This record gives sequence, C-alpha cells and structure tokens, in this order.
Amino acid sequence: MRNLLMATLAALPLSVSALALITPPAHAQDAPTQTLRIALREDADMLDPTLARTYVGRIVFAGLCDKLFDIDAKLNVVPQLATSYEWTDPKTLVIKLRDGVTFQDGEKLDAEAVKYSLMRHLTMPGSSRRSEISSMQSVEVVDPLTIKIQLKAPNSPFLAALTDRAGMIVAPKVAEKEGKNFGLHPVCAGPYKFTERVSQDRIVLDRYPGYWNAANQHFARVIYQPIVDASIRVANLRAGAIDLSEQIVPSDVDTVKQDPKLQLVISPGLGYNSINFNLASGPRANTPLGQNALVRKAFELAIDRQALVQVVYNGMYPVTAQAVPSASPYYAPDVKPPARDVAKAKALLAQAHVKTPVVVHLMTPNSPDVQQLAVVMQSMAAEAGFDIKIDSTEFATSLGAADRGDFEAFLIGWSGRSDPDGNLYSFLHTGAPLNYAHYSNKEVDAWLDEARAATDVAARRTIYGKIAAQEEADLPIMYLYSATNIVGMTKKLSGFQPVADGMIRLTGMKLAK
Amino acid sequence: MKGHLGKRIAQVIPTLLLVSIMVFCLQQLMPGDPALVLAGEEQDPVVVAQIRKELWLDRPLVVQYGHWIGNLVQGNLGYSWRIRQPVIQLVETKLPVTLQLGVMAFLIAVLIGVPMGVLSAVKKNTVWDYLANGIGLAGLSTPNFWLGIMLILLVSVKLGWLPPSGYVPLTEDWRQSLATTIMPAFVLGNAIAAVLMRHTRSAMLTAMEQDYVRTARAKGLKELAVILRHALRNALVPVVTLGALELGTLLSGAVLTEQVFSIPGFGKLIVDAVFNRDYPVVQGVVLVTATIYVMLNLLADVLYVLINPRLRGL
Repeated sequence: MRNLLMATLAALPLSVSALALITPPAHAQDAPTQTLRIALREDADMLDPTLARTYVGRIVFAGLCDKLFDIDAKLNVVPQLATSYEWTDPKTLVIKLRDGVTFQDGEKLDAEAVKYSLMRHLTMPGSSRRSEISSMQSVEVVDPLTIKIQLKAPNSPFLAALTDRAGMIVAPKVAEKEGKNFGLHPVCAGPYKFTERVSQDRIVLDRYPGYWNAANQHFARVIYQPIVDASIRVANLRAGAIDLSEQIVPSDVDTVKQDPKLQLVISPGLGYNSINFNLASGPRANTPLGQNALVRKAFELAIDRQALVQVVYNGMYPVTAQAVPSASPYYAPDVKPPARDVAKAKALLAQAHVKTPVVVHLMTPNSPDVQQLAVVMQSMAAEAGFDIKIDSTEFATSLGAADRGDFEAFLIGWSGRSDPDGNLYSFLHTGAPLNYAHYSNKEVDAWLDEARAATDVAARRTIYGKIAAQEEADLPIMYLYSATNIVGMTKKLSGFQPVADGMIRLTGMKLAK
Repeated sequence: MKGHLGKRIAQVIPTLLLVSIMVFCLQQLMPGDPALVLAGEEQDPVVVAQIRKELWLDRPLVVQYGHWIGNLVQGNLGYSWRIRQPVIQLVETKLPVTLQLGVMAFLIAVLIGVPMGVLSAVKKNTVWDYLANGIGLAGLSTPNFWLGIMLILLVSVKLGWLPPSGYVPLTEDWRQSLATTIMPAFVLGNAIAAVLMRHTRSAMLTAMEQDYVRTARAKGLKELAVILRHALRNALVPVVTLGALELGTLLSGAVLTEQVFSIPGFGKLIVDAVFNRDYPVVQGVVLVTATIYVMLNLLADVLYVLINPRLRGL
C-alpha cells in the first residue's frame, strides 16, 4: 500500500506535466497561428532605419519597427511609441513616451533609448535620415518617459519626419554592438520581430508576444516576398501563393476585380510624377524651354493630362498641377491643371519668338508604362509645335545625368511625404539637392523658409498657396499626375486600413480560416 | 594528354586575372554614380560625400582595384553596398540555386535535344525530321519570359498544379524544391534543347556518311547499335563542346527566367546588383561566373579526350 502511495505520488508530477502538454495554457490557445504572405515590388535594402532608403523597406519596417508617431488616413500625426507631444516654444518639442514598451530582445524602451536612436539617425556616417532631422540641435532626457528635443530654428515638418524612419527607435545595445551591420539582425519595438532574410527571396518576421499592442496582432508569421514583375505578382495572388500584393498596376486591376477570391483596395497616395525642366544647370539649360516660361507654358497647354492618364493608366491616377497631395490640409484647390489648348500653345510660342518645331529632349525612365506616356505626350505636343525626342534612360544613369545637368526635361516620380515641406523644399529652394532644374526665385525661397518656421496650419496653407501660384507662373516643374495606391488581396483578409503613404499596417489585420 | 591539360590549366590564372581587370574597368564605364543611388531619394550632399569616402569611390581607380584585389586574394569578396551582406555569403546562397536550376535545365535539354537530333538525322526528310525541326525552331524562337508567364498562367493559376514562383532548397524539402524549379528549368532548358537538337542532327548526318558507319553496317551490326555506338559517339564530340558553352548560356539565361519565377539565384542577384550599382556584388558574381565558365571548358577538354581516343596522344 505504501509502495502504491509512493508510486502514485511520484507519478503525480508526471501526470501534471503530461496534462500540461495536452492542455495548452490560455494565452497559448489564443496565440495566432496563421502566416501572412505579402508581395513587394522589389527587394528591400538594408533593414536599418538609419541607413535604409527604399520605399519597400518602409513597408517591412511597418511590421518590424514602431515609430514615435504615425499618420492616419487624413495625414494627421497620431501617437505610436509616444503618447503625446507639446511644443513648449517654437524650437522645443517635449515628447511623452509609452510606458511598458520593450524591444524585441526584451530591452526596455525608455527616453535614453529614444535619445540614442535620434542621435544615431543624425550623426551616423551615411545616415539617410540626416537631412530629415538636421534641424535638431540636441536631445535631453527629462525623465525615463520624457524627452525634450531642441531645434536650431523653428521647424514645422520636424514632427512629420518622426512619423517615418527618423522616428523609428532601435534597440541601443544591439545597435551599438552591430554598428553598420545592425540591418542584418535588426531589433526594434514593432509588433513582429526579425527572424530571417534570404535576399531577393523573403524577409520573415515572427510575432513578438511582448509587443505593447500584441492583442491586435493576428499573425504568427509575416513573410515579405519580392516579386518584381507586376503580372507575376497578380498570378501569385490568383494562385493563392500570396495573400496581399502592394502596387497592382492599372492594367491588372480588371484581372483582380474579375477574380471572385480577390479584393482591391484603391486609395490616394502621397507621390506624384512630374517633368522637371532644366532652367539653369549647365549648358543644356540653354534651350527655348529652359530659358522662357512662355515656352514651358505652351508645352503644358499642349499636353492633355487627363487623356494621357486615361490612355496609359486606365484613368486610375488623378491629374494634378501641384506637389501637395489632395489628402493634405495644405492642398491648394485652386491650382488645377489647365485644359489642353493647342491654339493658345501655338500663340504662346509665337509670342516667345521661337522657331518651331521646338526640339525638346525628354529624359524618361525605361519602364514600359513611362515609355508609353512619353510617346503619347510626343504626339500631343507635336500638334502644338514641339518635337519631343525621347531619351529613355536607366534609372541610376538618369540620376547621374540629372545631377550633372545633362538633360533638358526629366520625367521622374517622387514617393511623396505627408508634410508639404518634404515635397517642395528640396525641389524648389535655391541650391537644394533635388532642385535638378536649378530653379531660383528669392520670393519662393523666402516663402519655403517661412512655411518651415510657421506652426499655424492656416498660415502655412496660405504660404504654400502662394508657392503653388508662383510655381504655376514660373513652371520649373510640370506635375502630371498623383499616385494611387492599389492593393490586391484575398477576400479572406480583413482589417486592412489604407493610408496615403502606402504602408501595410499589420495591426488589426486578420485572415479568415 | 598531360601536357595538353597542363597547358590548359596554366591558362586559367591569367584568364581570371584578366577577367577581374575587365570587370572592374567595364563597370566604371557604367553611367551613374553609385553614391547617388545609395544616398536614397533625398540625396543629401553630405551623405553622398560620406558614402563616397566610405566606399573608396573618392580614390583613384588603380587604388580602388588594388584594394579590391588585395581583399580578394585573402578570400574576401567585400560586402553588398545595398544590403551589407558579405558577397561570399550571397554567392554561397545563390549559386546552389542557379546550379540546381542549370543542371535540371541541362538534363531537360539533353533529354529532349539529343534524341530529337538523332531521330531527325536518322529519319531525314520524313515527317519525324520536319516535326523535330519544327519543335526545335519553336523552342529557339520562343522568348523565355513569355513562355514563363504562359506556363505560370496555365499550370499554376488555371490548373493549380505547381507553385507560380519562389524557391525551396533541395535540403529543406526535395519535393517542394522540384515543384518550384521544374517550370523554370523547362523554360530554360527549352531553348538549349533546340540548339542541341540542331547540332546533334548535323553532327549525326555527317557521322552517318562516314566510312566507319558503312563498315559497321557491313559487319552486320544492328542499325540501333550502328547509330548509338558508332555514329552518336563520334557525333557527340562537337555536341559536348556546345553543351559546355551552353552551360555558360544557362547561367546568363537564368537572369530572365529567375526574374519571371522570382527565384533568388545568381541571375537575379546580378541584375539587381547592376541596376543598384552594387559594384562588389557585380564584381564577385562575374568573377565566380567566369571561374565556373573557365572550369567547364576545362572539363569539356577532359571529356574530349575521354570520348575521342585520338586526342590522348597530344
């Protein structure tokens, strides 16, 4: 009997263990088990928020690295790792941080960690974030959950910069140890932690159970797969090999619509495509187009943007005449693209006393859709007296040519920023890095600086309105159309919230079984 | 034979050195500044200057080459400027993928091309000959990317038999690995099968008219033995040469096929590296490819000797 009792007692812990194996604890039962597969248009670059530069890299970061702030569908700044902010004076920003947040290695996220990341973004050699937060003078830790950022001068767009990679906070210990190799094993404070990367094949993230908003993460694993060809992305979607694809091209929209298993989410984007005219960069600026705003105006009147977009993109991209996206509170509704007017274009050319046809060398990327766009423009402009020569150029080559001033007109896209400063300053201010045209207008420079310093939305809107009007008169850049985010996904997927920046925010997304 | 092989092996090192110089110089001719590409959309001039300095792009070309070759002899191919992964690691992960694809494609090509070539030659000017020629012509004229997309739409989207893209390593799951590579291997092997078929056909036609074939027939050998043991064995010498050269073509042909089927192999690696001006990756991949190419030709030389005993005296 004693033996039996002893045997029973000895077996008890084993039985309990066995029971524990059979019956998982409550939290394990709730843990999601599904995998979400996302197709990207290209492979991301370094997974280091400080050094990263690609658009698709930002999509991966949306699952990997939380930011101090985020933007909502109306482009308002909303808290993420921060809980609130206050401008105590135009040069001082105080940010309160969320309590109880940990990095994916378990390290606590506090004000010291935030200071470390911001300084890393600002000072690390080769940092792609430097220009976004270069107005930052110092960061002070007030208490473990409060930081105070001192700016060199008042700077409204600064807060918007913190809604993107410059606001991403990396785990200081890992970042310090890995240095520039941090991107090979990134550790941040996002909902999914880095597991593995096979370049050009997949980036795998796994759910981080210690995430501050873990209850709203419904996948065990998220896999990002680069599939370069747009039609192959759609084929993968139709075959069920992926669950969601970003950047469905307009020509594939009908195919996705006709598939009963798929759904489309179409929303306005932040970016735009435009033609930059060379006004003063080197000898190639010495053309009628570069030297005379009347000729540029005639060129604009010769082009029917609406027809252009209809022919090439099935009318899916809205035409525009400004760099500010329509969702922004700074959008100038009065600045609209003029209707095509060939007679007026011809009259303007006559007024400018230029010999027709006016030869225009248009440098364009070599993608098929842009080639088609250029050919349609060529035919439209010919009727008004322009002879467009299309210089189809590979992207990296075109960047070099634009930098040297080796172009007359350059068709290029911009992924767009939520704050108008990010879409205007670098392109229009005298000497700014993306001012390929070498456009220089003292008034516009002053307005751009003034808009940067102003904190009042209404005041900034007035200034940006003036800039848009002046741009319309000088026409250093002819905006063609704004971006549209077209996302295709299985109907089993719910909870996707489109935001103009095109990021795929995983919080709240679910896959039906 | 030893002398012949020794001479061929001695040519390998200067050839590869020359390749390294050519790769280095040719990519300098590529327009576009890598620092501008790497600096991202914002193109902050301070960052552009920092990148130039870090990557030695601000030094004279000879110094840059010396730096690269110095690291190379120590087995260091550098790191990818785009994703900071060591080039050697990229080569190690991508090369097996393309080799698997290449071997499968080559097997498919041989299995289709050689029998079709033999059939076409033996049944000259019959329906079989025209049919084989027709298939060969179609194989040669069909662009890889078109065939790839059509196969994806038919086999993956309509029929749902195979995954449309991606790659699973053989070591992970061999069934899934074959499932992901069979379509691209067929696409890649298809064009080479056509080339092999045409060459086998013409070599067989020449061989079938030779005296030794007539003698073999006169000895009373069965026609199948005459074709396979006498004619085909001799006809295979130029076909093996071509096969070795086509293996090189396979590596370059893999560029498009890997792009269409999203296979993370060598071809995709170099295309992306060229477009992103990721010089260390371009240099590393071209050098490794050149080494493979040179080695394959060396192997073909050895195979000649094994197939054709007359060369053994050289």
